[in-house]
Amino acid sequence: MGNSVGRERTSMRSMVRRVDHLGAAKSGTRDAWLMRLTSVALLFLAIGFICIVLSLSGKGLPQVRAEFAHPFVAIIMLLFILASIVHMKIGMQSIIDDYVHAPHAKEWALMLNVFFCVGTGVAAIFAVLKLSGI
Amino acid sequence: MSDMLEARRPLSPHLTVYRPMLTMMMSIAHRITGAALYVGTLLLVWYLVAAASGEASFATVSWFMQSFFGQLILFGFTFALLHHFFGGVRHMIWDAGYGFDHPMREWLARGTIICSVVTTLVLFIAAHVYG
Repeated sequence: MGNSVGRERTSMRSMVRRVDHLGAAKSGTRDAWLMRLTSVALLFLAIGFICIVLSLSGKGLPQVRAEFAHPFVAIIMLLFILASIVHMKIGMQSIIDDYVHAPHAKEWALMLNVFFCVGTGVAAIFAVLKLSGI
Repeated sequence: MSDMLEARRPLSPHLTVYRPMLTMMMSIAHRITGAALYVGTLLLVWYLVAAASGEASFATVSWFMQSFFGQLILFGFTFALLHHFFGGVRHMIWDAGYGFDHPMREWLARGTIICSVVTTLVLFIAAHVYG
């Protein structure tokens, strides 16, 4: 595949572009892999999250704190938040890559996406840790 | 950035020519539910940070969640979550290489819709009976 001399070329990309695995989105298989990784993780963690939310519904603040004081509950919640941040960052990035093309708007949108994901993630993680009484 | 120098390339028509099919609609629904969940994380963060901030702010978020409008939003968020979840399972089946042939891909799409609707209703009824 690296040798285009003496046989029919099947790709029009230069050799550098073929090996750096970067497509139009400027990142290649890493994001695709992370999406699959976080999706599998979220298969289980989302079920855990739903159970926790059902358990919290209608509860007052002291009971909410008691619930998050259980290490298992807090850990599942933290893992869910972590996996969700990575998953939603890449997901929204795909949407931006598909629809936002204006020269500076695209860069700003990609930046705001990262800020939103990290911001909500850190806020949620802090809140869970505080509620657990750590 | 090279828009000024090159002629705009013609774009193959899509929305104007394809008749909407179930699998097409499910694909865009997967993206829409994903975007809705993205925005919905604000709801989760509001709840958690309000709870961590003390009784006053928790009372506000509790009041909102139990109000009609809050319940409506929670219902929508739950449906988006479950639809995206089952859609994700559908994508995993495809990643494994199964389910591309004709009746199967339609059934996967129907299965996603049925599972998400049923599960949302079950969860909401359970929450109200036990909550």
